[in-house]
Amino acid sequence: MSTAVETAPLPPATPTVVPGELSKDTYKGKIHPDWCPGCGDFSVLSALQTALFELGLKPHQVLVVSGIGCSSNLPGFINTYGMHTLHGRSLAVATGAKLGNHELKVICTGGDGDGYGIGGNHFVHTMRRNVDLTYIVMDNQIYGLTTGQVSPTSVKGMKTKSTPHGSVENPINPIPMAIVGGATYVARAFSGKQKHLVEILKGAIQHKGFALVDVFSPCVTYNKDNTYQWFNPRVKILEEQGHDPSNFNKAIERGYQWGEEIPIGLFWKRTDLPSLEDQEPVLHDGDGPLGYRKLGITKEQSDALIKELL
Amino acid sequence: MATVDFAVGIGGENGQGIASTGDILARIFARRGLNLNAYNAYQSIIRGGHTFLTIRASDGPVRSMGDKVDVLIPLNQDSMDRHLRLMKAGSCVLYDGDKLKPGTPAAGVQLCPMPMKDLVKANKLAANTAALGATLQMLGIESEPLEAVIARQFKKKGDAVVAENVGIARAGYDYAAKSFKSFPFKVPTCPKPQAIVTGNQATAMGGVAAGVKFYAAYPMSPSTGVLMWMAQHARQLGIMVRQVEDEIGVMNMVIGAGHTGCRAMCATSGGGFALMSEAIGMAGMIETPVVCVDVQRAGPATGVPTKTEQGDLWQVLGAGQGDYPRLIVAPSSQLDLFTTIPELFNLCDKYQCPGLVLADLLISEGTASVDPADLNFNVKIDRGELILPNGNGETENPFGGYNDNAYLRYKNTESGISPRAVPGVPGHIHIAATDEHDEDGTLISDEFTNPTKRRMMVEKRARKMQSALAQIVPPKVVGPENAQVTLVGWGSTEGVIREAVEKLAGEEGVVANQLHIKWVVPFHTEEVTRILSRSKRVIIVENNYSGQFARYLRSETGFAAHGHIRKYDGEPFMPHHIVNAVKEQLAGKEQISAPVHEVIV
Repeated sequence: MSTAVETAPLPPATPTVVPGELSKDTYKGKIHPDWCPGCGDFSVLSALQTALFELGLKPHQVLVVSGIGCSSNLPGFINTYGMHTLHGRSLAVATGAKLGNHELKVICTGGDGDGYGIGGNHFVHTMRRNVDLTYIVMDNQIYGLTTGQVSPTSVKGMKTKSTPHGSVENPINPIPMAIVGGATYVARAFSGKQKHLVEILKGAIQHKGFALVDVFSPCVTYNKDNTYQWFNPRVKILEEQGHDPSNFNKAIERGYQWGEEIPIGLFWKRTDLPSLEDQEPVLHDGDGPLGYRKLGITKEQSDALIKELL
Repeated sequence: MATVDFAVGIGGENGQGIASTGDILARIFARRGLNLNAYNAYQSIIRGGHTFLTIRASDGPVRSMGDKVDVLIPLNQDSMDRHLRLMKAGSCVLYDGDKLKPGTPAAGVQLCPMPMKDLVKANKLAANTAALGATLQMLGIESEPLEAVIARQFKKKGDAVVAENVGIARAGYDYAAKSFKSFPFKVPTCPKPQAIVTGNQATAMGGVAAGVKFYAAYPMSPSTGVLMWMAQHARQLGIMVRQVEDEIGVMNMVIGAGHTGCRAMCATSGGGFALMSEAIGMAGMIETPVVCVDVQRAGPATGVPTKTEQGDLWQVLGAGQGDYPRLIVAPSSQLDLFTTIPELFNLCDKYQCPGLVLADLLISEGTASVDPADLNFNVKIDRGELILPNGNGETENPFGGYNDNAYLRYKNTESGISPRAVPGVPGHIHIAATDEHDEDGTLISDEFTNPTKRRMMVEKRARKMQSALAQIVPPKVVGPENAQVTLVGWGSTEGVIREAVEKLAGEEGVVANQLHIKWVVPFHTEEVTRILSRSKRVIIVENNYSGQFARYLRSETGFAAHGHIRKYDGEPFMPHHIVNAVKEQLAGKEQISAPVHEVIV
């Protein structure tokens, strides 16, 4: 498969807009996160705030939509418009919101259970539609808020409260799944490598189309297997290895890699496919977002509708 | 007063063009200014099976499919065998004399065999067209209207096809003129041409009148017609239409769009509604107005997808866990669907809650004539306390700036209604959460649980509904005050109950009146109680087994009806079903009647 060639694997490090009144503190929410001390999600929140600041996005232009779970509490901790929806449904809600106001930057946040488990159907279909959304999955390979049950990304054999004898199921690997599923920006990052995470998020937010960023975000309370100490020596940054994100086969191959070396970074990106909003003429007739438009139709339009019935 | 009132029944298998034949007939009658009602009894099969379409027309009001068929057009032997036995004196049966064997009809039924092979020439599928021509001739209608409608129907297929079909229709017409006895009446031409509309079309057009900008659905009979109409008209009307992976996605997407300020809507049937119900609770919790139409079919589970029922009342009353305000309305006809959708959107915007519509297969897939003047798209729009950026731009914003705590999305106001800013408006940043939340949106579910605040927010949302009842029209008694019996129904059965009341008065000498309920939530408890306490005998008529409305009425008023008429075989009530059951109950024979549908369709 060939796509538009990406010469620069990493998105630009400098902000696209020089922020005037904005500071990183602008994005600080009213509430301090209630995550456990040491939770990987702190790093993701901070990286997202940095990314928004460096991209010069004003808080009212951003909508952060989450599902349910520890990581899905994130919209409460960031100063942007937010929706804290139902378990597994953030992508569906976000798609509706993006189509209702395509001028918003819509970012979804959630966990592995929320996105790959209960929300799996929406995940698959949102990718194939290539909706212009950034989807950040804080993947801790465990159900945290329900106190430690097996998740769709828990490795085979993992002992959890719901798999006391070790899980006998194979986990989902979201990277190859997203690549074949139609996502047009597929990346993985690690809470322990925050600078890299910021760059990956900036690239995802700027990408026009569906961007998945799966972030290893260790659960310090319930996952004693996949810890910072476990990830640190294993994660290898693709950008430092000369990976070409326009190479489909390489992207799949590196996506499957697991064990002593686990790649993080931008696996796959293509810019030759239009996003869903781009293909809907209704959004592009110059009247701005659907949600702000005047209601009602003209007399000519209603006369034409009635004529069909005569 | 009606001078003619007749029905044409066309039966055959799916794929024999029954729907388009019916459409042609309906259009001819409507253009002539007749009122009509068309109901198609069909099966969930693309080819084969049995379909029976009844079109009833009159120059007086037509509120149901009626009780009789005057012209039977069986297109296959199966249809002949099922329906001939129900034909009464004065009626006629038009059929292919080369192929079908009629059996023995009742006395006075005119058998009209047609030499279809000669009439349709090579076009074997055109027997229905020839029969149409014959039907019009026998009803005293000129052949020109048929030719005009055929030209419209086949326009896309080219002049040759139009000419061929017109020729076949005319051959049928001429054959009937020389071979069959016409009806003793001639169908008149009324001054005002009527439009014809299905309930699903009316629902979609009601959404357009309301200003719907976002429509999503997953195909499900009998609601799919709304999706098809919306998809067909989306681009010309500036509506975003999406077919979604499942109904869970549908409702969540609709809420997402509604949250950004769109009037957003969806339609489904009971099974899809079940999947939506958690999200409907979300709309209640985050106070996002959305409208969802449940076009009921016979259930539970997959049930009978192509048959009608009023079996979802309690599902809709109980949709979603927890306790939250919602609006529920059950329109009574195609036109009522059209006018109710904008009214409901205004209430949903005002009260910032989900609005649920209970329709059913009978009115949503059924066709009715409407006066085109009644299809008023220029309706009142009330968006309540919605804050959009238009006219409220960055500089003029009363709250201004970031990190502004002055705006409270869920402000605990006296009315319970809080000003609703949508994402993108500067200075109104907030989070909309399905977790219980404080006035500013902060979650009070996890770390900050607080019984005082929880109570405040529950009461705030509930309080919104206190003024809702005054916004809607209370139900009224139709018919004489001092009647022997009051028939109570809800939703789609208004027309058939009205006709039963008229029949009881006319043919049976029974004085009945009618109380029909359209608004389920909020419910006019006082008015309904006052009316029912004055009634001598109350019989509730509904299309389900367990008397769902009877139980709801009891829960809201404490009133237990004297009798019940229930039908749950998948087919709608016909007026005589109700008439006979009322007589049986007045005679003291039954308290619960379950009329039998006389024909297997």
